Amino acid sequence: MLYTNLHHLMTAADHQKLINENENVMICCGRMGPMCIPVYGIMEDLESEYTHVKFADMEFDNPEAYVIRDAPETRGFMGIPFTMYYKNGKLVKATSSIQSMSQVKSILDKEFAQVTVG
Amino acid sequence: MTNSSHFDAIVVGAGPAGLTAGIYLSRARFRTLIISDGVPGGQMILTHEIANYPGVESISGYQLSNIMKKQAKNFGCEILGNTEVSSLNLDDERKEVVLSDGRAFTSDAVILTPGGRSRTLNVPGEAKFKGRGISYCATCDGDFFTDKEIVVVGGGNSALEEAVSLTKYASKVTIVHQFDHFQAFDYAVEEAKSNPKINFIMESSIVQFYGEDKLESVDIKNLNTGEINNFKTDGVFIFIGYVANTEFLKEKVKLNQWNEIVVDSDMSTSIPGVFAAGDSIVKRYRQVTTAVGDGTVAALAASNYIHQLKTRNLHESLTH
Repeated sequence: MLYTNLHHLMTAADHQKLINENENVMICCGRMGPMCIPVYGIMEDLESEYTHVKFADMEFDNPEAYVIRDAPETRGFMGIPFTMYYKNGKLVKATSSIQSMSQVKSILDKEFAQVTVG
Repeated sequence: MTNSSHFDAIVVGAGPAGLTAGIYLSRARFRTLIISDGVPGGQMILTHEIANYPGVESISGYQLSNIMKKQAKNFGCEILGNTEVSSLNLDDERKEVVLSDGRAFTSDAVILTPGGRSRTLNVPGEAKFKGRGISYCATCDGDFFTDKEIVVVGGGNSALEEAVSLTKYASKVTIVHQFDHFQAFDYAVEEAKSNPKINFIMESSIVQFYGEDKLESVDIKNLNTGEINNFKTDGVFIFIGYVANTEFLKEKVKLNQWNEIVVDSDMSTSIPGVFAAGDSIVKRYRQVTTAVGDGTVAALAASNYIHQLKTRNLHESLTH
């Protein structure tokens, strides 16, 4: 159980539903460990600012988290958390291990950039 | 600037020292703001179990951080997390802290508790392979290296104790250390030396990391002969101490040669009204308990300073 205020994904079906139904999704897959907790905290802080992005977490040791652990893009990852960014249901970026606020924001701003019309 | 952005005290950093200062100041009814560039808790949240914090038999660093944060908030302390300081004006009587998002806050006193961070080797490939074979947390990533051969860099207690703990997973652990002796306590050295899975490469240092998708090998330089050998490895765990997060304080307060903040016994820095506490100050023992102690002293000294300042300003306004 991840003790965060983020939306928790419990099953592979939850994961699929979230990325299918939302244009921009960031999911952090980890444990309640020192490299993971800072990333959850960053996501909690960004939820109100990045309202066009859905934020969620998934427990790394949950068997259903194979959808993240076994993703081809995580080949070579040897540090938790695995943090995944999905655009229109497709994985567009994945990172391994702890990330800073500026690193996360720079990915969100690049991958989920909002187009201003007019 | 509106008065709402003025505080009696601003605390820069939210580890145990900063949160303790926030608890004491807020409880004394001083309007206090804590600014943190990360999640409140600092390096305390990096500790899975704290078993030597008096009064608490065992607790995770994350839980203890949350309790301290809650205590501070309950006393009215305001906390801004994941926010970077872009500039500081500490010299004037009214101190000013400007954040990277442009918000500015002023205060009568400032307590600096920026803490420290794990030292990196700072050699080619280190950033590329972080999370792809390079780790700074054995308990987080140890299981990725089950039946693999790994390297541990360092010669202090953390390096040797984590090397022993990593033998639960790894088939072979090679400790690379720059000196011919260890800084760790004897018991830690003995435990590592008696472990059949642990080997040692002394007076040597990693100078480059190599691999494709993940780390595959490192160059290890013998510091006596200058000879460099390529060493195949699946992972490298780096435990080479900490550095103070004081880059933003250069030319602002007095630092020593290791960029640690110089303080008096009451935690006052070289600048009146500016105090410091925790891992970033000049001291020998860096523990949660010592950070809490420093934070307490800094808060009480800052309280005294603010009180004197307010009394003096009130007196001056009445006599003019």
